[in-house]
Amino acid sequence: MSTIAAISTPQALGGLAVIRISGQDAISIADKIFVGFTRVRPSDMAGHTCAYGKIVCGSQTLDDVVLTVFRAPKSYTGEDTVEISCHGGVYLAREILKLILDNGAAAASAGEFTKRAFINGKLSLTQAEAVMDIISAEGEASLKSARLAKEGQLYKRINDVCNSLVNVLGSLAAWCDYPDEDIPETDSESVASVLGTALSSLDKILTDYDKGRILRQGIDTAIIGKPNVGKSTLMNAILGYQRSIVTSTEGTTRDVIEESARVGDVVLKLSDTAGVRSSEDEVEQIGVDLARKKLTDAELVIAVFDGSRECDDNDREILKSLSDKRHIIIVNKSDLPQKLNLEYNNDDNILFVSAKSGFGLEKLTEKINKLFKLGGYSDGGEIYTNERQRSLVKKAREFISKALNSVGDGQTLDAVTIYIDEAANSLLELTGERATEAVVNDVFSRFCVGK
Amino acid sequence: MDYLGEYDYVVIGAGHAGVEAALCGARLGLKVALFTITLDAIANMPCNPSIGGTAKGHLVREIDALGGEMAKAADATFLQSRVLNLGKGPAVHSLRVQSDRVKYQRYMKGVCESEKNLDIKQAEVVNILRDETGAVSGIVTRLGTKYKCRAVIICTGTYLNGVIHVGEVSYESGPDATLPAKGLSDALIKMGVSLRRFKTGTPARVHRRSIDFSKLEPQAGDDKILPFSFETKGELKNTVMCYIGYTNENTHKVILDNLDRSPLYSGRIEGIGPRYCPSIEDKIVRFSDKPRHQLFVEPMGLDTDEFYLQGMSSSLPEEVQLEFLRTISGLENVEIMRNAYAIEYDCCDSLELLPTLEFKSIKGLYGAGQFNGTSGYEEAAAQGLIAGINASLKLLGREPLILDRASSYIGTLIDDLVTKGVSDPYRMMTSRSEYRLLLREDNADERLTPIGYKVGLISEERYNRLKKKLELIDEEVTRLETQNVGPSEQLNSYLESCGTEAVTNGTTLAKLLKRPQVSYEGLSCVDKNRHELPDEVTEQAALRIKYEGYIKIQLEQVEAMRRLEEKLLPEDVDYQSIRGLRLEAAEKLNKVRPLSIGQASRISGVNPADVSVLAIWLEQRKRSQ
Repeated sequence: MSTIAAISTPQALGGLAVIRISGQDAISIADKIFVGFTRVRPSDMAGHTCAYGKIVCGSQTLDDVVLTVFRAPKSYTGEDTVEISCHGGVYLAREILKLILDNGAAAASAGEFTKRAFINGKLSLTQAEAVMDIISAEGEASLKSARLAKEGQLYKRINDVCNSLVNVLGSLAAWCDYPDEDIPETDSESVASVLGTALSSLDKILTDYDKGRILRQGIDTAIIGKPNVGKSTLMNAILGYQRSIVTSTEGTTRDVIEESARVGDVVLKLSDTAGVRSSEDEVEQIGVDLARKKLTDAELVIAVFDGSRECDDNDREILKSLSDKRHIIIVNKSDLPQKLNLEYNNDDNILFVSAKSGFGLEKLTEKINKLFKLGGYSDGGEIYTNERQRSLVKKAREFISKALNSVGDGQTLDAVTIYIDEAANSLLELTGERATEAVVNDVFSRFCVGK
Repeated sequence: MDYLGEYDYVVIGAGHAGVEAALCGARLGLKVALFTITLDAIANMPCNPSIGGTAKGHLVREIDALGGEMAKAADATFLQSRVLNLGKGPAVHSLRVQSDRVKYQRYMKGVCESEKNLDIKQAEVVNILRDETGAVSGIVTRLGTKYKCRAVIICTGTYLNGVIHVGEVSYESGPDATLPAKGLSDALIKMGVSLRRFKTGTPARVHRRSIDFSKLEPQAGDDKILPFSFETKGELKNTVMCYIGYTNENTHKVILDNLDRSPLYSGRIEGIGPRYCPSIEDKIVRFSDKPRHQLFVEPMGLDTDEFYLQGMSSSLPEEVQLEFLRTISGLENVEIMRNAYAIEYDCCDSLELLPTLEFKSIKGLYGAGQFNGTSGYEEAAAQGLIAGINASLKLLGREPLILDRASSYIGTLIDDLVTKGVSDPYRMMTSRSEYRLLLREDNADERLTPIGYKVGLISEERYNRLKKKLELIDEEVTRLETQNVGPSEQLNSYLESCGTEAVTNGTTLAKLLKRPQVSYEGLSCVDKNRHELPDEVTEQAALRIKYEGYIKIQLEQVEAMRRLEEKLLPEDVDYQSIRGLRLEAAEKLNKVRPLSIGQASRISGVNPADVSVLAIWLEQRKRSQ
């Protein structure tokens, strides 16, 4: 059986987080990433002993950890197991898990540790039903988060690459399966060009992922407010770089711009929306409608007001819409003379800031922690989905690069498709589709073939 | 009850499925009867007169490797032979022949007639009898005659409740102006078989003298002809030329102007037609941006002037057919001899079948061919063979034969049918196989002949010949892997001539052969120790070496698949009662009733968590027993 890994503690803030690796390569993978302070290597450690050391990725130290080795069959799963206790917080644990996956482990699927424990005879017969319940519940959770992930940017980008692969496989299949039809020839150069583009797209996805720009998990946050109160400036201030177009013309942000940012230990999934006002401009109106929808869907609403202007009906409408939502009110432009008189100022969640200078923004973290009572918030399903997506993207990338080498060597395309199939299968895995079926459907939808 | 005769099993329908289904049992020593509505249509080709083609050629070679007849019949009666996809790699090389339709029929009828354990009867079967346990026990013909039997294989093709549509006219009929099978459908519904309507179509046949061949592109056969059967020896020759023509804007205009007269578009045809084999009106509507469509003009036989117009299947009225055909360059004066038509027929839901092609709920009842929702002579023959083998093995008290996806296209076809089901007539394609680099036409014997031998359809002599061949391949591979060659001038000039780098150090022949540009033949200049070996041996040795890396990946995939395939699920499970299975998964599992966890994992709607739950449940069950 393959070696699997996952974060075994709740995906939330806490003092410690534990990452578990189980399977025949668990200990050798630990050897590659752990440097003990007493120079001890996990492979030299006896079962049920621990060592203090650091997790290293190349020359970089990720965290100081305690590593415990369990040797088969004396472990929860009955296999060789390594548990790494690192400092709490979602970010560190995730980075360590990523490192483990890069060193050859597979992301554990729902309930897989428990399933292995049962298969290896570590759990009694009566526990089997409970195991099935766990798997089924976790399966549901991961299905749910897979569904959520499908709405995300990362999925869309993966999907685009996947479609291009299925497309080239479809062209090859039509060309091979219907040699008597006048189907355009698919030559090695065009296959190589599609593969090259796919490779660089996947590289870009992996880089972006590692930079943390596409964190899917996080609190769905909408930034709303009238035009030109400084929503985009606020978003940029939180993100730390220029993302939304910021001008003083009202209505510059016309659609919803999404980004993720870490605020303390929390990840906000920020949507910068078009300014809420009635507009004659059709395009802007679509943006405003999107903004209203975002407001309904969001878990956290950050409402931005311009402190240097008087309160008007639009402001009051926004204030009213906040009443049943978790929200933070930002009175922006605190550096300018203040004219805003908020009619209800008994709200606890008002912050006075200058998005431009960053003044007052440090209180945001505090407010958010309070609002979300961190500790029990996320069920971790999304992180699981994210890690899987990433490791599947990595796997696909390897096969595409093999396919490119084969094409370069002048290998026949039937052999090359074995690699492209594998790459497409990795990318399709989240949707449960299989390359063969997707390709057959592609052939029938795009080509006029028949007797 | 009086029976006019008694058989081990009965085959209903003598098309390509029926013939294979009947022959194999008779050859295994069982007493078999083959019923057909007309003796003159045994193994008829009511659509295109050809055997093989992509993936279908693979099926024919696999049928031969298992001991079936189709390949031999095709070799004996072909008019023109071509290997398709040369240059696209060994996995997709596909043999296709143009056949002499009448000769093919006569050949197959002759083979069936000379099989001593096989009785052929012209009669329409209208009912299937069952004993008190519900198992099949006999059949009844239109004349009320009863025959006793222990199993029935239904191979009714497009005969079952066949209805032909041409323009505004519809009438009950089998293919090629035969009688339809009436009555059997009702009997099947009463037995609890779910029936549905599928549709297919065929183009017009036209007279040779009305075609201007000078305006068509000729298409010749191959110079060196490869037979379908591993047993065919001797020289084979092409005797005819085929031709290619094209539709044009005028053709499309005539068709579009008359679309309302097509039963497909007026809604009179309710059956679901194949996606891959659309009528010309379908092609023009669905692919309206294509300025022209290709058609193939192919002879039907040596002793006839009928020509087949591949690509021109239609259900438009006869006068419209004539009008649009006459817009085509070369067919300006064409005369139709048989008009094109669409035909609707009854078929079963293949999810009700086991991988042995026996119905799950009716012991002794099997289905094969178009009745199971497929299309194509080769797909039909493959299923006929498997249904016949399994009916025989069961009656003989032996283990069933289930070919998995990694063994063959036949296994892939049947697994798709019984695991995924079909929503339109199913055609085999190389892209349907995830293991296609392993499942080549050229190694069908290596993959399946040992199985055919075990079943009893392959002679000792043929099996020994295969073993000898495999030994020679192994020896040659080992020799090539160990034979060193130095960087001689001769070698480097060869390498440079085929566009690959020269060598500076010694290397093995195998390493050189791995370069795509290098061929086994080409290396003869430096391979001094080479023995004289048959082509089939050197071809396999070279393929094994050239594709070693890819084959290794595929073998790993196969191993992973087979591990799950070995975890057998019991027959009598109520999946709804298994805790933790999602409702959708439980419903699908109850319907399909997979034989193994592997099969379960391929059912759409069963996700990895469900598969894990099943694995735990199976383990729990094993321990508590």
